[in-house]
Amino acid sequence: MKVLVPVKRVLDFNVKVRVKSDQSGVDLANVKMSMNPFDEISVEEAVRMQEAGTATETIAVSIGPEKCAETIRTSLAMGIDRGIHVKTDAEVEPLAVAKILKAIVEEEKPELVLLGKQAIDDDSNQTGQMLAALLGWPQATFANSITKDGDSLTVGREVDGGIQTIKVSLPAVVTVDLRLNEPRYASLPNIMKAKRKPIDAKTPDDYGVDISPRLTTLKVAEPAGRTAGVKVADAAELVSKLKEEGVI
Amino acid sequence: MDFSLTEEQVMIRDMARQFSDSELAPYAQRWDAEKSMSRGVLEKAAGLGFAAIYTKAEHGGSEMGRLDAALIFEQLSRGCVSTAAFLSIHNMVTWMVDAFGDDELRARFVPKLAAMKMIGSYCLTEPGSGSDAASLKAKAVKDGNHYILNGTKAFISGAGFSDVYLIMAKTGEKSISAFLVEDGTPGLSFGAQEKKMGWNAQPTAQVILEDCRIPVANLIGAEGDGFKFAMAGLDGGRVNIGACSLGGAGAALDAAIQYTGERQQFGKAISAFQNTQFKLADMATELDAARLMIYRAGDMIDKSDPNKSSACAMAKRFATDAGSKIANDALQLHGGYGYLADYGIERIVRDLRVHQILEGTNEIMRVIIARSLLR
Repeated sequence: MKVLVPVKRVLDFNVKVRVKSDQSGVDLANVKMSMNPFDEISVEEAVRMQEAGTATETIAVSIGPEKCAETIRTSLAMGIDRGIHVKTDAEVEPLAVAKILKAIVEEEKPELVLLGKQAIDDDSNQTGQMLAALLGWPQATFANSITKDGDSLTVGREVDGGIQTIKVSLPAVVTVDLRLNEPRYASLPNIMKAKRKPIDAKTPDDYGVDISPRLTTLKVAEPAGRTAGVKVADAAELVSKLKEEGVI
Repeated sequence: MDFSLTEEQVMIRDMARQFSDSELAPYAQRWDAEKSMSRGVLEKAAGLGFAAIYTKAEHGGSEMGRLDAALIFEQLSRGCVSTAAFLSIHNMVTWMVDAFGDDELRARFVPKLAAMKMIGSYCLTEPGSGSDAASLKAKAVKDGNHYILNGTKAFISGAGFSDVYLIMAKTGEKSISAFLVEDGTPGLSFGAQEKKMGWNAQPTAQVILEDCRIPVANLIGAEGDGFKFAMAGLDGGRVNIGACSLGGAGAALDAAIQYTGERQQFGKAISAFQNTQFKLADMATELDAARLMIYRAGDMIDKSDPNKSSACAMAKRFATDAGSKIANDALQLHGGYGYLADYGIERIVRDLRVHQILEGTNEIMRVIIARSLLR
């Protein structure tokens, strides 16, 4: 089975996020960027499927500016076969990403699209679901385990109450959760091999997708800082304080 | 002149950093306290190519350059200076066997060394021969299909732990040769474990050879070429150890930045005092200068620059002195807490101190630099 793995370049999880002074967004100048950690997990899973013989070919896709090629290169160093870079400097919302991915799916004809459940920058948690809807494919979100079973996948999903196990027929869209696997480090020889793997350069126009935004960001603000608390002597005082504050 | 790393070098550095953060840093304090080294973590490192960084790919090497190696050792030593330095010594052994051994010897040893299924120790120094390395006394006498080795090697990292020992021994009045002696060979024994100031996460002891008989096939290269190999390894070894100082110092600086931002005295964070700010600024500046010198020296080896030896000596001298000073300043900024093992700073100070002494003392570095100036 051919597996398509979309990967997103995001602010590194270790970076202290700073909001721009005009509140138009997060400051991305001179900060470290890396692959969305959830996408690292989907890359790892795809590579494991290939090692196990369930996947025949693995393709990474990234949509965004020039530097996204580095994110694709990281996935190639982890073991993905080849990449597709859809270049654009514009902001791309989940629906536009899903539409581009749909066009790529129609061209590449994978049986499985495996992607992170969300990206840690905007936390939208929408792309996988929208893509499944656009394709009319079954979806299994928040995967904790994936096993191939003939023409279908058995997927353990992380839900509030525990693990829900479902069966989806292929082709399908699966979004992965944090505990599915532990991504490998790319070894030195594989980093050098990744240099020679191909990355196709495309644009949204190649796929005839209009990526103009549907949403307007009004303002981005830091979360309110924590204010000092007060000590209470006993439960009675606690209850009265909570009532005073209108919490209960 | 381009000071930026290539895309691959950035990936290599980031990967080494991740490995260091999650596989070394959380355990460094325990390894130091228990004076233990983990074979498991070394094999994991080897799985990423860290045991044969600048060795040809034929037998499992990663085929990287010396600048690449510096980037790796800097990042690994952020997590554990002692383990990173041990890996650098193992790399020297792997490289020497691969670069100078014949095909049969390479095929026998390099794949295992590259996977760290076999761990290597480098044995040049003797109790009476340090800076004057050529005055070594260990002897190898040919006897039919064997060499018989006698002598004592001192300050050997990994002694009693490693699987193979690369021994420099005299094969004539002016002839030094390099041999591989496998653990378990009759006549090979070890002194008591040395008690040290730092580098506790690796064992150090004497290696003792008493009528130790090894096959002729364990000679690396030709008889009499050993000292040439040792000299060929010096420049890179100096860049490696300098890089290990960069990493330790970098980790200490980051800890000091964090601590001074959190520690409140006289009603404000101590990072709000100009003394702290100026101190941090000087530490960062020295570290940056040291890093530039080490990276450039690594690059000069990669390009076989005629002035590489002097540049490597300068870089080693500067980076190891600066590294120790930065770590010591970080300890001072931590106040009394810096003196406590829990904060991890005193370990870095202890681990970095020896870098000013080994791979050629910093006094020998000055000899090399002065010689290049006055020739």
